[in-house]
Amino acid sequence: MGDVLAIAEQRDGRIRPVANEVVTVAASVAEGFGGTAHAVLLGGAGVGEHAGDLGGFGAEVVHVGEDPALEGHLPETHAAVIAEVVRSHGYTVVLFGATALGKDLAPRVAARIDAPLASDVTRVETEGDRVVGVRPIYGGKALARVGFEASPAVLSLRPNAFGTNGSQAAGRIEPFTPTIPEGVRTRIVDFQAAQSGSVDVDEASVIVSGGRGMKGAEHWSLLEDLRGALGPGTALGASRAVVDAGWRPHGEQVGQTGKTVAPRLYFAVGISGAIQHLAGMRTSQTIVAINKDPDAPIFAVADYGIVGDAFDVLPGLTAEIAALRAEG
Amino acid sequence: MDIIVCVKRVPDTETRIRFSDGATAIEPEGVKYILSPYDEFALEAALRASEASEGGQVTVMTLGEEDSQETLRAALAAGADAAVLLSAQGSVTMDGLATAKALASELKNRKEQLVLFGVKAGDDDQQQVGPMVATLLERPCASNVVSFEMGEGVIRCDRAVEGGTEVVEMDLPAIVTLTKGAFELRYASLKGIMAAKKKPLEVKDADLAQARLTVERLDYPPERAQGRIVGEGVEAVPELVRLLRDEAKVL
Repeated sequence: MGDVLAIAEQRDGRIRPVANEVVTVAASVAEGFGGTAHAVLLGGAGVGEHAGDLGGFGAEVVHVGEDPALEGHLPETHAAVIAEVVRSHGYTVVLFGATALGKDLAPRVAARIDAPLASDVTRVETEGDRVVGVRPIYGGKALARVGFEASPAVLSLRPNAFGTNGSQAAGRIEPFTPTIPEGVRTRIVDFQAAQSGSVDVDEASVIVSGGRGMKGAEHWSLLEDLRGALGPGTALGASRAVVDAGWRPHGEQVGQTGKTVAPRLYFAVGISGAIQHLAGMRTSQTIVAINKDPDAPIFAVADYGIVGDAFDVLPGLTAEIAALRAEG
Repeated sequence: MDIIVCVKRVPDTETRIRFSDGATAIEPEGVKYILSPYDEFALEAALRASEASEGGQVTVMTLGEEDSQETLRAALAAGADAAVLLSAQGSVTMDGLATAKALASELKNRKEQLVLFGVKAGDDDQQQVGPMVATLLERPCASNVVSFEMGEGVIRCDRAVEGGTEVVEMDLPAIVTLTKGAFELRYASLKGIMAAKKKPLEVKDADLAQARLTVERLDYPPERAQGRIVGEGVEAVPELVRLLRDEAKVL
């Protein structure tokens, strides 16, 4: 037996793209084990409406647990329900997306089922009957190949590091009645939304990052414009110097004391390329650097560079990309 | 109010790390070790909360080897009142659950109503020990917190989450993991450094189980192919966009 469970993340009742990626990996691990991939989707009433779509990425069964108590994201409640699903079906591997929610939830589930957890892995393989993960450590300065001496094994997967593999198949939906734990001592009392349309830097497929070369918070509209031209799925990033100076929030920081990212396209604008920043973005698919200093270390990891002043280059770049996208 | 802060000794984030072929750990020679950056935020948060409540003790605790005493002394110099070293035989591993069990086994007998952690350690980036300890001790936990305030038997935390800030309230005793916010750690004064030498540092044997998540090999990240300078200034933009579209196929 080697069945694999994918935790499908939803927000406001909609299945998130990362869930498709986690299910895709679950299917490939299950294939390696000669087992099957299942998914679990939790939420309020009606969350299961599109649960069958996860079958298109390889989930043969989708466990759907609907309860008003699961509508919000109280991690204690979700962890208890997921742990029960894992226990009752005896999964050998449990996979989460390493999103903000997943990073909070996975350790709680792992502790409940007494299973070791490898966080934020960028590669998963099977070797016979065991699962092996590769995860960046020291902020991306090294890659650790990790193995498990226990079953189940729990892993959280870095978003965008795996991709999806879709088909027309539909998963079999199996509704269940979740047992909601009592005496939860955490209450969500408020949520203050950031500006609309913003994508988190660790989930974005394109990132526009600014460094000290931007000379001040007041010049960020130039980067905002480029982000707008690149379209949805684009996030703003920042170097540590910029966050330390208070120009941008820490949530945007890329590097060892911020986010480690792997987008399809990364723009480093006015970033010289300190070692801890490079470690955090060097696994991006394509890197573009714009910097005045031709000797800046950022050019050593960039695929394409422009030597020049950000204030000179950015408006032209934004216009050119906007024109290209307008052509379709 | 008494607070305990769980910390870790890690290589300085500015350090270049080295390891040999087939190694499962880095070479410690020439590496400068520091208090993990996120733990600094947790320590500062504890010091401020204790100052605000007048008379609370701040204790720092770590699971580690003998050399972690240096890190604990640094925390004492910054203002912590007492330190506990849970002495591990051999190195602390990447198995966060084993670490969490060792910490929980000590914490369950202590009286602090608030336990703080950095959201993750600057070395293995697992981001898991705080919520695991909370789960083992059946205490509520808020992770990735940028600021908090204490109430009567409760703590109210601002968490940085996807798409904004979530405000959660928890009953004490509770566990909080800190991220970068307004808690830049104060510098240790000369007086603080002198005083730290006399502050209590208790060393106890850790109740540390065998690791069940093991590092089998370390590798350097793949080198990136040498890129190219497309040109200088705004004149290079059309060529850059063409390359991104036709060669890299990312636009």
